[in-house]
Amino acid sequence: MSAVVITVTSGKGGVGKTTATANISTALAAMGKKVVAIDADIGLRNLDVVMGLENRIVYNLVDVVEGTCRLRQAMIKDKYLPELYLIPAAQSRDKTALTPGDMIELTNQMREDFDYILIDSPAGIEQGFKNAIAPADRVLIVTTPEVSAVRDADRIIGLIEAEGKYSSDLVVNRVRVDLVRRGDMLSTEDVVDVLAISLIGVVPDDESIIISTNQGRPAVLQNGSLAGQAFRDIAARLTGQTVPFMELDGHDSFMKRLSKLFKL
Amino acid sequence: MSGFFSWLPGQKKTNSRDVAKDRLQLVLVQDRVNLSAQQIGEMKDELIEVISRYVEIDRDGIDITLTRSGRQSRLTADIPILGARH
Repeated sequence: MSAVVITVTSGKGGVGKTTATANISTALAAMGKKVVAIDADIGLRNLDVVMGLENRIVYNLVDVVEGTCRLRQAMIKDKYLPELYLIPAAQSRDKTALTPGDMIELTNQMREDFDYILIDSPAGIEQGFKNAIAPADRVLIVTTPEVSAVRDADRIIGLIEAEGKYSSDLVVNRVRVDLVRRGDMLSTEDVVDVLAISLIGVVPDDESIIISTNQGRPAVLQNGSLAGQAFRDIAARLTGQTVPFMELDGHDSFMKRLSKLFKL
Repeated sequence: MSGFFSWLPGQKKTNSRDVAKDRLQLVLVQDRVNLSAQQIGEMKDELIEVISRYVEIDRDGIDITLTRSGRQSRLTADIPILGARH
């Protein structure tokens, strides 16, 4: 086994990196994959609360790198899935506590034992982003259909391309179907057209995300959640499956969903 | 360019999606070449000046634009030449 390291990043803050990391990690683990999710947002840790594991933290990422504990001691076992682990960020430190080399070394130690290692990147283009991106085999760029988020995504794509070694895919998050329909939100096509990178997921704006974050139980674990379904689709595509994109712009979406349900 | 100017008073109202896409395209071109709108304007003026030292050009027919195709930026200049410089 040799894990694929996937870094989730965005440039702009608040577009859903942590939610995406938690949900995609959980979905991959639910498919039977061995998964570690690493929170690389040192000083602003949040992946633990989104996954509902905040009460189980003893050691963190910086403790591992500094040799305060062994790697296994900092890996928190998920509540819901047996093959999912979280390595939390340090809360009382800052991004200078890590280097890109630390992240490469850490992930190399885990590659043999896992199928996927997901890294939740901090916002921005500084040291924290560079740490998160250093070990990546693939990069998922999360954006929302807003001018500011797409602009920052473009900047990030430029920086990743300059490194010349990553394959990046786009996740368009929080799409409001009603707004797109009446011409008041950039459509997924607009965003893909402007950024010119391959699309791996379209996630509708969905209140189930807020509820699941309140509960600390990722939306992919709920059957009725549309956003959860979109994240499960992304996980499936990451494993190489071909999954059609959810119909989010058309009026016939309900019928299409029905027919998919009955495998017509 | 109609989309770009459509927010001006008296123009036909365009939906905010088109406005967003136009503004985004424009700002990304500037970001990618790391030049402000003013600097791009200066670059165009200098370009025109250099060319007009060699040939007579039709200043009203000039079209110089920065565009993007895929992830590449491109400077396209369409400059009609009236004739030789005398």
